[in-house]
Amino acid sequence: MAKRSIVPFGPQHPVLPEPIHLDLVLEDEVVVDAVPSIGFVHRGLEKLVETKDFKEYVYIAERVCGICSFGHGLGYCQTLEQIMNVEVPPRARYLRTIWMEMSRVHSHLLWLGLLADAMGFESLFMESWKLREKILDMFDATTGGRVIFSVNCIGGVLKDMDETMLKNIVDTCNEMEKELKPIADAFLRDYTTGSRLRGLGVLTPEQATLMGAVGPMLRASGIAYDARKLGYAAYDELDLEPITSNDGDSYARCEVRIREISQSFDLIRQAAARIPAGPIAVPVKGFPKGEYFTRIEQPRGEAIYYVKANGTKFIDRFRLRTPTTSNIPPMLNMLKGCQLADVPLLILTIDPCISCTER
Amino acid sequence: MEAANTIEPITMARFMPQVIRFKMDGWRVVQICAARLPDGYELSYSFAKGYDMRTLRLTVATEESVPSITQVYPGAFLQENEAAELFGVKVESIQGDYHDKLYRIARPTPFKEKG
Repeated sequence: MAKRSIVPFGPQHPVLPEPIHLDLVLEDEVVVDAVPSIGFVHRGLEKLVETKDFKEYVYIAERVCGICSFGHGLGYCQTLEQIMNVEVPPRARYLRTIWMEMSRVHSHLLWLGLLADAMGFESLFMESWKLREKILDMFDATTGGRVIFSVNCIGGVLKDMDETMLKNIVDTCNEMEKELKPIADAFLRDYTTGSRLRGLGVLTPEQATLMGAVGPMLRASGIAYDARKLGYAAYDELDLEPITSNDGDSYARCEVRIREISQSFDLIRQAAARIPAGPIAVPVKGFPKGEYFTRIEQPRGEAIYYVKANGTKFIDRFRLRTPTTSNIPPMLNMLKGCQLADVPLLILTIDPCISCTER
Repeated sequence: MEAANTIEPITMARFMPQVIRFKMDGWRVVQICAARLPDGYELSYSFAKGYDMRTLRLTVATEESVPSITQVYPGAFLQENEAAELFGVKVESIQGDYHDKLYRIARPTPFKEKG
């Protein structure tokens, strides 16, 4: 009979620097159950909305996460724009799309580097992060910030891009796409990476739906749901189809993210080609009153923003349901039956962001 | 794309049957949100199928209990624990109840009072 034991995992782990703790229940070296414990970095950012001016709160929403910063600002602004019936100028919608897709490339390349590092493939980690630097440089060139760049405002954006800048962005995307090819080949065609990822942590479409998976995790299980299809920002005017895979394993999740990087380059090129001239913001007067739920597709998956406003400058309730909140339950499901040695890699394949989750 | 995004008030008696109906019809639970009222809470449970989203809105008194939906949607346990711990919502029979120990916070139910 197998010996049952409990192994504590995290919140600090060499492979997984995210503050999540798991009590792994093992039978020999096979995980039979996993009990999560989070709460190490809860900051109560949602509550700050009650004491900050609703326009100033954009800067706090952006600080929920370093990787999804732009998207959090966008989600918050879009929710208020819906409540206040603000018509965002078309040029601002296109600029938001470009920065959102740059954020996706940034996030996915960061994740690829972490995955390579988790597998002990150090040169691949360095190549992935070297490529990511170019995106950070583009953030710097277009906004003056590399990680949190605060360009969203209620009613539009705060910075514009001229023709030269847009051309530089497209040229950089073309260059990056060529450089991505050998990196993608190493992840998807190398024997070693394949043997670490294939068949690991299979999530069926039924499990993904029942447990609430979102983003690349959901699409890697064959479900073609991508919140960008809802048509916010300029996505309703661009050619976009959700990228899916059918295997539902760690390899499929890696494949979906790599293909989404190319898709983001394509969306940036489309947006740069079609961006109309005009203002980048409209003035917003008065205070919001009402409530609304907004969905956007962050790099890690669908995020949901809720605002309940009372007609003063202070909002009653802001709620953010992050992608990782939804992806932790299916992750726990996937851990059951895997080997102890595969746990860090498997957790990484959901691209967890615990700071986002705890807000 | 035009997609539904509605908020539908629902009574406690009709709540669980509707949640089970959603499950049978292939809807996924996408978020649970508590909001404070002067004498209780507003609980919003959002479900999505394809691109449509429907939010069920329960209004409960401060001392009133609500049933956990984790028996139907096990993945809801994190968000139910959060509503219980931050707002003090009484959620009954959560599968995976952290008993107010999900977050390491300095004082109990910090979101219960305004400001």
